[in-house]
Amino acid sequence: MRRQRRQRLQVILAMLVLAAIAAGLMLYALRSNINLFFSPMQVVAGEAPMDRPIRAGGLVAKDSVKRDPQSLAVRFAVTDHVESIQVRYRGILPDLFREGQGVVVLGELQPEGWVRADEVLARHDENYMPPEVADALKEAGYAPEDYRDRADQSPPPAGTQPDAGVE
Amino acid sequence: MWAYLHKLASPQGFYALSVRLSPWCWGLALTLMVVGTIWGLGFAPADYQQGNSFRIIYVHVPAALLAQSIYVTMAVAGLVFLVWRIKLADMAATAMAPLGAAMTFLALFSGAVWGVPTWGTWWQWDARLTSMLLLLFLYFGVLALRGALGGRQSAARAASVLTLVGVINIPIIQYSVEWWYTLHQPATFSVTSRPAMPSDMWLPLLVMVLGFYCLFLAVTLTRTRHEILRREASRRWVRALTGEGS
Repeated sequence: MRRQRRQRLQVILAMLVLAAIAAGLMLYALRSNINLFFSPMQVVAGEAPMDRPIRAGGLVAKDSVKRDPQSLAVRFAVTDHVESIQVRYRGILPDLFREGQGVVVLGELQPEGWVRADEVLARHDENYMPPEVADALKEAGYAPEDYRDRADQSPPPAGTQPDAGVE
Repeated sequence: MWAYLHKLASPQGFYALSVRLSPWCWGLALTLMVVGTIWGLGFAPADYQQGNSFRIIYVHVPAALLAQSIYVTMAVAGLVFLVWRIKLADMAATAMAPLGAAMTFLALFSGAVWGVPTWGTWWQWDARLTSMLLLLFLYFGVLALRGALGGRQSAARAASVLTLVGVINIPIIQYSVEWWYTLHQPATFSVTSRPAMPSDMWLPLLVMVLGFYCLFLAVTLTRTRHEILRREASRRWVRALTGEGS
């Protein structure tokens, strides 16, 4: 009886390991398809196809957003801090869209290297905080993304007077 | 110790324990969830970017956590059933499957509702969302398998094997946001570092998560008890309990 149980356990574990290997290989083979978007680096390196719509993702580059005052047309650059690509879009942007925000744009890559976007989606990071905390961080000269690092070193600056003059 | 475990693993022993414990679990679950809901929706601060729509987190995160935890628990129960042939393990797995499916649906649905204001879309085929949808289909598969195979032994075995194979999806869900580029952001909470949100935001979330886990416990205890009665209806102790033919 004991031996029987051990055998069953071994068979099940072997089955699990094999299935895990199969799944792992499959995901590895499909990895470029599982990625939701191309980074600007990949687009510039020519990894993105030209003949069908692609998704490109990154941060909206600082001081790159130019809106047409007459229409909904907007241009901006998506960057990963190494390379950046120009995007043109006509339509309503999501509420979270702003410079420095993560976005994913869906559109066709043009031969000249810019993307004609049909859809712009906003990403957001894993940090949440009340507006007061965000303001205090900003005043102290930190980006909201620094929250976790700051919190590791000292209590959050909420309510306390932030150090002046860093900005 | 072993004697106590043996007693617990018997349907009769578990039944007695469940009768004693489940009212406490229900009470605790209800209290924690009511407190967490009022705290999270009414008193926690809004997010600096997302405003009030961020409060969906108080349903979304507990539901997603529970969806995966229930699946892992079912897989462990499946292993125990397959190796040690303990019937109670299969009864428990049967009892928790519908709640797991419901929680997976709730996580997907609340995520879609949340996605519209923040991302600008309710669905994208990104790795996190797709693997979560796969989890929902795995739950459906387990439920359908049990429904289709009337014979208890074969149904239990098939469902256990399917649950066990499907458990590979759990680490994929967990690490999808790190392995691939996804629309979904990486985890806010981890065991090793501080949460990426202040305590007046995560405390109500913690209360909600505990409440959901108590609900899981309460539902499992109660539904396993019903399953025991259904399957052991011809046993003498059940008939004595229900006052039939004693």
